[in-house]
Amino acid sequence: MTLLSVRDVSKRFGGLQAVSDLSFDVARGSIKALIGPNGAGKTTLFNLISGVLEPDRGEIVFCGTALQALSTHQIASRGLVRTFQHIRLFPKMTVLENIMVGRHVHSGAGFLAGMLNLPFTWKEERRIREKSFEIMELLGIADFAGTEATSLAYGQQRVVEIGRALACEPKLLLLDEPAAGLNMRETSEMGGLISKIRDMGVTVLLVEHDMELVMKISDEVVVLSYGQKIAEDRPLSIQKNPEVIRVYLGDDQ
Amino acid sequence: MRARYLPVVAFAGLVVAIQLATHFTDSAYHLTQLTMTAYYSLLIVGLCMLIGYAGQISLGHAGFFAIGGYLSAFLTTHNLAPHQAGALISLLSKSGLLVTRSDLYGGSLLTVHPWCACVAAAIVTVAIAYLVGGPVLKLRGHYLAMATLGFGVIVYRIVLGTEFLGAADGISDVPGFPLLPGLEIAGKSSLRVPNYYVAWGLVTLGMVLLLNLIHSRVGRALVSIHGAEDAAGAMGIPTARYKLNTFVLSAVFASLAGVLLTHYNGGIGPSEASVMKSVRYVAIVAIGGMANLWGALSMSLVLNYLSLRGYLGSFDDAVFGTILILIMLFAPDGLLRRHLFSDVKRLVTGSAADEEAP
Amino acid sequence: MAGITYGTIYAIVAIGFNIIYNTTGIINFAQGEFVMLGGMSAVTFHQFMPLPLAILCAVIVTLLIGAIIEIVFIRWLHKPSVLRMIIITIGISILIRESALHVWGESVRALPYFTGTSVTSINLGGVYVTPQVLWVVGVSAVAVAVLTAFFNYTLLGRQMRACSANRDAARLCGVNAGNMVTLSFMLSAAIGAIGGCVVCPITYVQYDSGTPLAIKGFTVAILGGLGNSTAAVGAGMILGILESFSIWVLPTAYKEAISISILLLILFVRPSGIFGSSEASRLKEF
Repeated sequence: MTLLSVRDVSKRFGGLQAVSDLSFDVARGSIKALIGPNGAGKTTLFNLISGVLEPDRGEIVFCGTALQALSTHQIASRGLVRTFQHIRLFPKMTVLENIMVGRHVHSGAGFLAGMLNLPFTWKEERRIREKSFEIMELLGIADFAGTEATSLAYGQQRVVEIGRALACEPKLLLLDEPAAGLNMRETSEMGGLISKIRDMGVTVLLVEHDMELVMKISDEVVVLSYGQKIAEDRPLSIQKNPEVIRVYLGDDQ
Repeated sequence: MRARYLPVVAFAGLVVAIQLATHFTDSAYHLTQLTMTAYYSLLIVGLCMLIGYAGQISLGHAGFFAIGGYLSAFLTTHNLAPHQAGALISLLSKSGLLVTRSDLYGGSLLTVHPWCACVAAAIVTVAIAYLVGGPVLKLRGHYLAMATLGFGVIVYRIVLGTEFLGAADGISDVPGFPLLPGLEIAGKSSLRVPNYYVAWGLVTLGMVLLLNLIHSRVGRALVSIHGAEDAAGAMGIPTARYKLNTFVLSAVFASLAGVLLTHYNGGIGPSEASVMKSVRYVAIVAIGGMANLWGALSMSLVLNYLSLRGYLGSFDDAVFGTILILIMLFAPDGLLRRHLFSDVKRLVTGSAADEEAP
Repeated sequence: MAGITYGTIYAIVAIGFNIIYNTTGIINFAQGEFVMLGGMSAVTFHQFMPLPLAILCAVIVTLLIGAIIEIVFIRWLHKPSVLRMIIITIGISILIRESALHVWGESVRALPYFTGTSVTSINLGGVYVTPQVLWVVGVSAVAVAVLTAFFNYTLLGRQMRACSANRDAARLCGVNAGNMVTLSFMLSAAIGAIGGCVVCPITYVQYDSGTPLAIKGFTVAILGGLGNSTAAVGAGMILGILESFSIWVLPTAYKEAISISILLLILFVRPSGIFGSSEASRLKEF
């Protein structure tokens, strides 16, 4: 069952072809990893899928809807939520508040209801709070609920960011280098967390440089080089793929 | 949860205390400036919402104040009697939207009812705010500042250059704004105390509405947009629409403040639309600590009052300019925050600290 | 002809914006005040000394004020946010304006025409212009040429450009970035003052002439693409001429509203300017 389908997508910046005629599918309930050397177009691809950029050509279909014409927040409200390579937590907000923002698409109080503090918003606020605590418990960050999010240690900030994304109850979670800047122990915990998220029924698409992590948790791996797909296979086969080895280790090996 | 209303109660207490103090010291004349201060404060808390919480600067809010004030002043003073024969006017007249009153010289005037004028001002403000805000809020940084400044100057030039808006003289002889039988918003000294309470009551109401908003889902979304707009969008928050709605909301606050103050003062002049006024409002929000409604309100109370009483003399604008610079140099998060000390130290030790930084 | 005179002064303000923007990324909202200061102080100096000397003194005074502003208010700030810089420079412009009000009062002043009088005219191929217009255009042209040469052919000018391209790298190469910023404020103040001096016989000057000039100068800077001084000259002419034509259609009182509407229109449609490339402007920190 295909959840996300990227079809013949191309994107050019001036003279640089960042992504060219790229196609792949993400199956529901799987963990898929995108790898490739620096400048292979992984982050561009993430930005295309999450609506930050618009593709020059091609289609991105999620749950039967084409995403190209939608804006970032529309895509997020359809259940496709991302994290950022450089952590983008909301400063001056506590961990709890950060995660509560994630519940935005699952609540409805607008400007007027908010200003008048209408009774239905009380119930809604309570549900948002409960759900946020549930997520914090799940991720083991409930102790930091009242701490300012940007004052946490780097590794914990990553977890909070993932928690915020989970609060949206996404169908597909895009993780942009979730292990970047983490030490070995944190990385292995992150791997466990990602597997756990998949087991909760959330499909995961991640970009990652840490090969050990990718090979351990992914169901399938797509390898990009210069904006093109050079391989798509199970982790074990990818490791033996001569093309992939050539890209990573250079021609003269 | 209810902690947010405690300061409101304390504030209401302060309002009453000030009135009692002026009563017992026989200085009730202070209430006139305090009432005017209240209406300016209404604008300032609205602007605080926009600048501090949604993170969008506006150097043109005096423009919205003037739109409200001038529209209301014009509609309630423009004599429609010569057009009475017209179908539209007679229809409006019959439906009670127009009132007849006598002017200074005993002649009779047929004008729009203040309430209708107020509603009209609010509707026009919302329309203009949406029209201007839509494209303006797509801009950032210097561009946003200049565009809003430009909007303010356009309004200023139009009221200054338009004959039927009184050009440089503005509009005077604006009638009071009737609330209840015997109670109207007007500058009569017999109504000084009730007017003081009406004005500050409105400010309190405005504060309650905005405090509720801040603590709601929308308020959280606004702060998140301010903090990291791309991440807020990625969480499904329609950032552009929220910014625009906040802009319109603050414009309506400004416009209503303009309407009411115009009725209280009995007139409005072009200086209300000047750029200096807009800058002053931003200054007060900045001094109050940007994202701090109570800070903005208390600074507005103090500074507007001092300025209206004339304590700052001919240095009025210079004082605001100086405060603005000092605050931004030493305490960009407002007076009531930290970091003050370290910045002063950096100034004293020169740019040495600057060189060390990566 | 009025169009060209005003267009030139707008271009000069725009170039002032560009000089500071190029080295610091700051838009100096007090730019218009430099023009006012130049004109006002030249009028004052002229009471004691001949015109050329008065102008020279006025330029030097304004240049020193520019330097003082940078040293006192800007230099020691570490990576200030855009909002903070906007508010600080607005505060500076208020301070300058209010000081000018207390020093010179509200009266409108003017320098005498440099050559001839207001009724003298020179025939230029059928068009009659007052000599002062030629002074305005001539002096501005020389100023732009000197600036261009300075930025392209002198070591100092190149160091300033290096700072704008990459401050940290420039610093590593031994360029004192702080001094370059001071220098840019001085240059920008000086060129504003020169503009104020040559134009004030025609347009007159008052303590509050700065703000409208700043807004229009910014319009021109945007129109030409922020940071692009050559384009600013063309953009200045366009705005000046548009403005002088607008008087035929609408009352003079709305003249300023028209030019600002142009600014808003450009900002909405094409913030990179009509001569600029949209790709490049997106890379800037806005």
